[in-house]
Amino acid sequence: MKKVLMLILKRTGASLITVFIISLIIFIGVEILPGDVAETVLGQSATPETVEAFRKELKLDLPPHVRYVTWLNDFVHGHFGNSLANGRPVADLISTRLSNTLFLAMSTALIAVPLAIFLGMLAAFYRNTFFDKLISTTTLSFISFPEFFVAYILITLLSVQLNIFPSLSIIEENMGFASKIYTILLPSLTLTCVVTAHMMRQTRAAIINVLAGAYIEMAEIKGIKKSRIILLHAFPNSLSPVINVVAVNLAYLVVGVVIVEVVFVYPGLGQLLVDSVSKRDLPVVQASGLIFSIAYIFLNMAADILSMLSNPKLRQSTN
Amino acid sequence: MIQLLKQSPLSARIGMGIVLFNILIAVFAPIIAPFGETTIVGDVWESLSSQFYLGTDHIGRDLFTRMVYGGRNTIALAFITTTLSFFLGSILGFIAAVKGGWTDQLLSRIIDILMAFPTLIFALMILSVLGSSIPTLIFTIAILDSTRVYRLSRAVAMDIEVMEFVEAARLRGEGLWWIIRHEILPNALPPLIAEFGLRFCFVFLFIASLSFLGLGLQPPLADWGGMVRENAGAITFGIYIPLIPAGAIALLTVGVNLIVDWFLHLSSGLHE
Repeated sequence: MKKVLMLILKRTGASLITVFIISLIIFIGVEILPGDVAETVLGQSATPETVEAFRKELKLDLPPHVRYVTWLNDFVHGHFGNSLANGRPVADLISTRLSNTLFLAMSTALIAVPLAIFLGMLAAFYRNTFFDKLISTTTLSFISFPEFFVAYILITLLSVQLNIFPSLSIIEENMGFASKIYTILLPSLTLTCVVTAHMMRQTRAAIINVLAGAYIEMAEIKGIKKSRIILLHAFPNSLSPVINVVAVNLAYLVVGVVIVEVVFVYPGLGQLLVDSVSKRDLPVVQASGLIFSIAYIFLNMAADILSMLSNPKLRQSTN
Repeated sequence: MIQLLKQSPLSARIGMGIVLFNILIAVFAPIIAPFGETTIVGDVWESLSSQFYLGTDHIGRDLFTRMVYGGRNTIALAFITTTLSFFLGSILGFIAAVKGGWTDQLLSRIIDILMAFPTLIFALMILSVLGSSIPTLIFTIAILDSTRVYRLSRAVAMDIEVMEFVEAARLRGEGLWWIIRHEILPNALPPLIAEFGLRFCFVFLFIASLSFLGLGLQPPLADWGGMVRENAGAITFGIYIPLIPAGAIALLTVGVNLIVDWFLHLSSGLHE
């Protein structure tokens, strides 16, 4: 058990170092800008005085290492500075949008994870039959499609043709929970299609891999029902890769929301990031980019740690 | 080669047909397209007619012309980027495998950090700082994508590096570049070719996504991702124009995937 703890500590340490380096990269990214942020943002028509005032506001007159420490310190305390586009505090802009994005990602995960595992088990159970091939082909095509293609197909079918769901997911703060769910159903269905495809394929592969084991053959010889073998013998042993796949895909989900949010004009962090990139609103880009990266890195870390914990072999072989 | 093509399964033939079709259109775009890439020829969102085969777009340009040029731009950009990514990734991967030691450690740790960053977010941040232009797009995506190529080519080269013929070349006193060019590269080629197809799909989708977000190729240049974005408003009126470029993107990726599947099957089947 001590060994596992050491491994987990090591993995956490590595993630923390990565986050640190990434914060450094994000910070330096603004530094290497040709010329100066102030001049780039204000454009050529700016007078020297406005440029100077703007530089003061961004604290560009201080040396880089001092600025990095203050920036990081402010970031940890939730002060992200002010937006260049409208002067509002970045923290205000981000907080509601972050919760919207998390709401979308979490409701998608709640649908996608059980669905993917169930479909993966079914495909493994009926492997090499027509049903299995049908699922495999469908999921493979969802993987090769761009997210916005899936989104527009769903909009065409469910929103324009059948008129069941709204094609834009505009969400208000004072909306009830049920109507919120109704509004985000279409974007979350789009994400579900994309994520389920990945998860289901890997679940199927993991279970089929385990099915080759001698103890499965033993169970078969004993005359245990096939569904029972998959559920009670094969699935628990394929849990480690499955958990890993789920966590990695949740990490993907956090980033994958960006495009879907833009399609459905959903007021999430991803849309804010894209808007700010085209407006070159650097403080907002820095803050939201760092938040996305941290979420991604820690979900990947969770994937590794969970698969370490669920697999006794992994606990012993890696040291 | 011809023998091999004759034996190919139906799925691979469909894939090759799709890819060939796209390449031909991309190469002969100026001959095929009836109008200029950015000329406004008709009304907004006109429906299909004998004059406008696919109708017109949101400001009255011929959609068929835009599709042809869009394919040319998007495919060329993705191809150049993937090639650059392979050039960078495989050379660094081979050097890491052959040299080993601290070179390998240093390169691998840098790549690890780059890979820990979500690709789309990284690209967005770089574009926000440097602004979106074609060279920035190519280099940003190529560098981000070369991390995956690096991992694969390093792993493949590691397996080759322990072979006797590499040892013999080393003892003969051959240099690093000679070993990479004459011993490692020819043996590492088959897995790298299959990977090229997959990476092309990834880069192609990535560029399309960036253009869809308005951060890829800038208007008035045509490209499929951007065309989906420009015409997105049409869909709520029941005009399915955005589905045409989006479908073209999906079709090409499926086509490449079908060929890669066959290629992988072929190279694994020969070992059995």
